[in-house]
Amino acid sequence: MITFTINGQEVQGQDGWTILEVARWHGIDIPTLCHYEAVEPYGACRLCVVEVDDGKRSRVVISCMYPIRSGIQVKTDSPRVANVRRWIVQLLLDESPGAPKIQELAKAFRVTPSRFKKEGVEFACHLCGLCIRACQEVVGVQALTFGNRGVLKEVTAPYHQRSTDCIRCGTCLYVCPTGAMEQLFPQVSAP
Amino acid sequence: MQITSIDDLQKAKGVGLAQLYPDKPKILVGMATCGLAAGAQKVYDFLSKKAQDAHWGGVVEKTGCIGFCYKEPLVDAILPGQPRVTYEQVTPEIAGALWEELAAGKIPEKQVMARIDVDDMILNGGPRKFYKGKLKGFLAKTPRYEDLDFFKLQRHIAMRNCGFIDPDNLLHYIARGGYFALYNALTAMTPDEVIAAVTTAGLRGRGGGGFPTGVKWASCRKAKGWPKYVLCNADEGDPGAYMDRSLIEGDPHSILEGMLIGAYAIGSSEGYIYVRAEYPLAVKTLQRAIFAAREAGLLGQNILGTGFSFDIKLNLGGGAFVCGESTALMASIEGKPGEPRAKYVHTVDKGLWDRPSNLNNVETWANVPVIIAKGADWYRDTGTEGSKGTKIFSLVGQVKNVGLVEVPMGVSIKDLVMEVGGGVPENREFKAIQIGGPSGGCIPKEHWGLPIDFDSLWDAGAIMGSGGMIVMDNSTCMVDVAKFFLDFLIDESCGKCIPCRLGLKRMREILEEFSAGKGSLEDLEELQSLSEAVKDGSLCALGGSAPNPVLTTLRYFRDEYEAHILQGKCPAAVCKDLITYSINPELCNGCTACVNECPQGAITGTKKEPHTLNASLCIKCGACFEVCKFGAVAVA
Amino acid sequence: MSVTFKALENILEHYPPSSEHLISALQDVQAKFNYLPPEAMTAVCDHLGVPLSRGWAVATFYKAFSLEPKGEHDVAVCLGTACHVRGAANVYEKFRRDLGIAGPEGTTRDLKFSLRQVRCLGCCSMAPVAQVDEEIHGNLSQRKAGHLLRMYRKR
Repeated sequence: MITFTINGQEVQGQDGWTILEVARWHGIDIPTLCHYEAVEPYGACRLCVVEVDDGKRSRVVISCMYPIRSGIQVKTDSPRVANVRRWIVQLLLDESPGAPKIQELAKAFRVTPSRFKKEGVEFACHLCGLCIRACQEVVGVQALTFGNRGVLKEVTAPYHQRSTDCIRCGTCLYVCPTGAMEQLFPQVSAP
Repeated sequence: MQITSIDDLQKAKGVGLAQLYPDKPKILVGMATCGLAAGAQKVYDFLSKKAQDAHWGGVVEKTGCIGFCYKEPLVDAILPGQPRVTYEQVTPEIAGALWEELAAGKIPEKQVMARIDVDDMILNGGPRKFYKGKLKGFLAKTPRYEDLDFFKLQRHIAMRNCGFIDPDNLLHYIARGGYFALYNALTAMTPDEVIAAVTTAGLRGRGGGGFPTGVKWASCRKAKGWPKYVLCNADEGDPGAYMDRSLIEGDPHSILEGMLIGAYAIGSSEGYIYVRAEYPLAVKTLQRAIFAAREAGLLGQNILGTGFSFDIKLNLGGGAFVCGESTALMASIEGKPGEPRAKYVHTVDKGLWDRPSNLNNVETWANVPVIIAKGADWYRDTGTEGSKGTKIFSLVGQVKNVGLVEVPMGVSIKDLVMEVGGGVPENREFKAIQIGGPSGGCIPKEHWGLPIDFDSLWDAGAIMGSGGMIVMDNSTCMVDVAKFFLDFLIDESCGKCIPCRLGLKRMREILEEFSAGKGSLEDLEELQSLSEAVKDGSLCALGGSAPNPVLTTLRYFRDEYEAHILQGKCPAAVCKDLITYSINPELCNGCTACVNECPQGAITGTKKEPHTLNASLCIKCGACFEVCKFGAVAVA
Repeated sequence: MSVTFKALENILEHYPPSSEHLISALQDVQAKFNYLPPEAMTAVCDHLGVPLSRGWAVATFYKAFSLEPKGEHDVAVCLGTACHVRGAANVYEKFRRDLGIAGPEGTTRDLKFSLRQVRCLGCCSMAPVAQVDEEIHGNLSQRKAGHLLRMYRKR
């Protein structure tokens, strides 16, 4: 067993666990978007950031991937952590201000749309990759993929065409945290 | 020629030396990419043809870049018993004149830049003097290479062979002491002793991070798992940095030998070099070097008869800056998109194909044979307390002597710009130096006394990075520079994590408002807090360091941001929304050059009459400003 | 050049069927055809045993690959830092205007030129620079850029 603290509270976990797993075990809330127990962690949304002091330095890490170590001090709501989360939610909200799921998230973080918001965008795919990972790791099909990179990055099927590898199992619809897959599914699923 | 024992290596050295310094005249043409871009191929072809046609008794050979890019194409002549003489900016016409004299056994005076009296051959047991007695005539007055301002402060350790050998000739490399360090390591040192030497030498990663190389090797040696991989990062992507390309093009075997020594120390038998495909000559040079080393038995099984085996594969990058990041580079070698992953488990434990992997950059590898050959103490003699040895910088931008310079760590920015670089051209004023590429920062004149090493740059908000140094003068707008780097990083972001993908875009949007004269002082605070969020929240070093150019310009040039926001002015007259072009009728003599060049037809006027510019048609492309020889086009 | 079975086989025979060779194989295809024809992409993925989704992801992630045919001359304008501070942005705009390319990058309708940006060709001493096919042209101005295009148009 590995012993360390989260927000001053002493907690324990097994070797190989992540901070997020231990926190959830102890009922300590850490928000996530791209995390799902059935697939490997990916580390894209960064909502689950926490601040870790290992005695040498203090840095912001993602709790879904950071393996616990003895004696570390974890803070789930330090000013640095709060700043990262607030900005992530702000940026997501401005990208898809019309999307109900994102609006819920924004409400929880008390964030309102800024002057840079896009008008009336309801499509809320934020490339968390859960659909792609589930399609590959759980279903064993690789119908979906990321395409392009940077601001042009997208979830799609090759050549933006309906995938012939897809078996229409609907797993992607089920895991999508923002509901974006409902809009995307007719364009990428098997004809 | 098979080189499978120390006797073979000695023999190869003898043959190599006879080729390097034959008892006959020799002409060298600098043919790295910078030389070729300046026209070296034509010069080389011309001289080769002349030599062939005349059945000349001498040799015409190519070599790498000695660093003085601004004077390219460079041609060197070595007549037996005479100093080596360097000629600058040699066109085929000038080469013709040089040839006439050289063919007659005379040393030409035209276009002479410097002479080299001694080849210091640092790895080969001492210097070699080119001549005896006293020099006469113009040669006595020609400056020595080490007396030129450009070279005065330099010390070539990593670049030891660049400009001296034919990079495609393995024997030349061996002649200057190459592969002897490998032999020593394999036969006289244990792997732990090799690691100890590198650690004691204080070598730190030259790719940007400055992590102690010996410590990295030791962790990889200790890591459980097999096989282990030794990797070379030659995906040099920082705009304005090209030292790795030049090292590869000038001395590829120094990198191979470094990797061989590293592989022995770590316990690896497989290596990869990941090289940028945008460097076609570097790719070809590496291919030839690997082939030659393999043919000679210096790569492969049972190297130098010691039982040690190691081989190297070459992987070409696909045009993605992020692949310079270690985990993205490894993903790319595995044949995947170059997306970084979290490094909470280090790559020395789980890297390429989840096996222990040790990645170092080109320049780091090139330093390794020197440490083994000369010893850690010799190496430690150069540099500062925390940063040992030398560093190659590419000194570019608004500076007179543009080129690659290898200087001891600890040289001040001022000395580098004003002495080595010869200052800013056309009597404009030095404003800032941008160090460390897109992850680095802009350091202003107030801090130019700063000694350049890993730690002091870090304190100033910049990083050593790969060593790009871009000099900026008062014609450079710092808001525009911040925008430039953000554009670059937005373009190169892999898009995996939200802070980098969307955060950088938002930073760019805020800056765009500034350069249009909009925004408020509160937006500066917002920009600051967003920068912190991107720094803390991003997955990899690309995003984690992306705000640095913004943060340093905010820190050192806040007044310039405020001028944009509060007065709607761009002091450097760069931001297009805030400037206007006009024609000063007193200076305009009506030559019509601008009228012809203007893509908009915005300038009108008849010959010999002052022209007028219609501001409502002007798209501010600056074409008129560029062509006007009389300074009549004003930008404000 | 048409995509023949023979031409593809010549490329694929160098690669054992393993996913690690995906990028190298696609680079060879790109070099051979100047873009990645869909049938070649399928052949490479089938040969190496990777799903098409992976091949497509790689092809769209890396800038070296193009899914559309490219122009006869490849004009790569350096927008590295050294070139930027010496006015590369204006030179780039000149190329774009003269070639009539609407987006930031692209190919002319007559397939004569493809224009693209590169970040540092490592010829900073001659900034601003552009590379047309294999040749590097330095110390560019807007006027020189115009000359350059006229020269290549005639070739």
